[in-house]
Amino acid sequence: MTATLVRDTPGTAAPASASRRPGHRSRHKWWAALFMAPWAVGVLVFFAYPLAATVWFSLTNYDGLNTADFVGLRNYAFMFTSDPVVGTAAYNTLWLVVVLTAARVLFSIGVASVLTKVRHGAGFIRALCYLPSLAPPVAATLTFVFLFNPGTGPVNTVLHWIGVQGPLWFNDPNLSKPALTLLTLWGSGELMIIILAAMLDVPKDLYEAAQIDGAGPWTQFRRITLPSISPVLLFGVINSVIFALQYFTQAVVAGSVASGSAEAVGNSKIIGYPSNSTLTFPVWMYNEGFRSYHMGYASAMAVLLFVVSFAFTAIMIRQLRSARGGEV
Amino acid sequence: MTALTQVAPATAVRRRGAGRRQVLHWIAVHSFGLALGLVFTLPIVFVVLTAFMSDQQALTSDLWPRDWHPENFLTVFQKAPMLEYFANSMLYSLLATAFMLVSSVPAAYALSRLRWRGSNFAFMIVIAAMMLPPQVVAVPIYSMWANLGLTGTLWPLVVPYLLGDAFSIFLLRQFFVTVPQDYFDAARMDGCSEIQILYRVLVPMTKPGLAAAGLFTFLYTWNDYFGPLLYVGEKQDSWTLSLALASFRGMHQTQWNLTMAATVLVLVPVIVLFLFAQKSFVRGITFTGVKG
Repeated sequence: MTATLVRDTPGTAAPASASRRPGHRSRHKWWAALFMAPWAVGVLVFFAYPLAATVWFSLTNYDGLNTADFVGLRNYAFMFTSDPVVGTAAYNTLWLVVVLTAARVLFSIGVASVLTKVRHGAGFIRALCYLPSLAPPVAATLTFVFLFNPGTGPVNTVLHWIGVQGPLWFNDPNLSKPALTLLTLWGSGELMIIILAAMLDVPKDLYEAAQIDGAGPWTQFRRITLPSISPVLLFGVINSVIFALQYFTQAVVAGSVASGSAEAVGNSKIIGYPSNSTLTFPVWMYNEGFRSYHMGYASAMAVLLFVVSFAFTAIMIRQLRSARGGEV
Repeated sequence: MTALTQVAPATAVRRRGAGRRQVLHWIAVHSFGLALGLVFTLPIVFVVLTAFMSDQQALTSDLWPRDWHPENFLTVFQKAPMLEYFANSMLYSLLATAFMLVSSVPAAYALSRLRWRGSNFAFMIVIAAMMLPPQVVAVPIYSMWANLGLTGTLWPLVVPYLLGDAFSIFLLRQFFVTVPQDYFDAARMDGCSEIQILYRVLVPMTKPGLAAAGLFTFLYTWNDYFGPLLYVGEKQDSWTLSLALASFRGMHQTQWNLTMAATVLVLVPVIVLFLFAQKSFVRGITFTGVKG
């Protein structure tokens, strides 16, 4: 339903509309100022100021209590040369950005194409596929750590029935991120519904014409479906990237629950379990800033995270602008 | 469960006499679709089954409870003050949702229906704020609340909603632009002020949009883990359900049955919400087109 994104700004739709009369613009100005005022305060306090402050703190030695001491680029130097853990954290997040995004988008396309074919009971089956995406991430993560627990979990039990020795999943450094990926696929119902809606928006006669020309299902998908849904796919990719960049809750909860430790979740002793394989960039940032109170250093990490995520946001805003004829 | 079908326009009815091939095709597609739906449901089924097992059985690899122990759900409440956590979660979600509606509906109206210089720029800021990972600005915002002495309370989590929520503004705007301009022109000619137009014309016409924005805010805050961890993680009295659930297995129980019973208790409100408001969820998602 990208149509909603490319819709014209109202007011331009009806040339003779009252809003075009001279004088209206200035009257609107004051109403707009009134209606936007709370938001404007919010943007200053919770967006503009914290962004600027993060950049400032990243140049300081700050523990959250005492005044911040200016240290120049020392935090950045430490991040890029000396911190033995941040490289692992950046690698884990990069892994998620690449694998999770690809898996999520491809899986959603796959499920959505199956769902377009189902005619009877379609609503019921769609609801089943969508429902898990609403589950609270903590509950969903607990569900998966239980399902995949190596000793008695249902997944390994079923694997045992068919004669396969089940792996350690969340307790194996090589499989913890793939297991988290499966967890994310289980909850990608929103993307499925968006892609499904876009697929159902493709005019049917395009497919009928292609069939007459003798095009097979794959050609039809590649030549008709894919180009038609590509704007929605772009948003899906960018959203998944941003989602992966801020991957925190599932990683922290999976690590701590799988470790079986009695420590409270978020405790630095168990984050990243097993062997720092679930230690994502935001998890390490949280640990540095709010567990070790190296808030200056955490801010430097935040600046890096911002630069990367904003690059993707910029792509999206550019796409929006071109879709709406430069007007955003 | 018929609401989701509304996404699909009625497919053209195939001509008769299609033959056996089509019947087989129908069976193949529908059994595959049903299998897919079951795969998505199975994890929850296993969780529920385990929640009913005895302590001993929960330590085995059995999938089906030998005898049913519904008292596990009561035990969960004895092991942890779940009602308190439930109340905290409710307070967080309801206040955030109410605050969001108060602040974001007028902003979305100004962005979608009023003509003023800078509206395009403001909309771009809304999108940038919507896409910002919350961790990026966590340090200064946390310091701010700490200076006000409000860490350890739910205020840092709900007050921002009083000042406009970017995603909700974006979603509401998507709904507001679909209302035909004629309604606004007619109302203005009748001498309605912009506030009257907003609350007497637009809001009654876009109730599904308000419902979707409200549901998403409720769900986002109900599911939130990072925010509560940051602000009330150290103060157990103010814990939300998500925080409590994350620590449940470590702190109260090493067996799976009670942890799974607690998981079910957290899942139930969400599932109930979905059953009642399926249509709004689906309409909301398809209207964003952006939110993945």
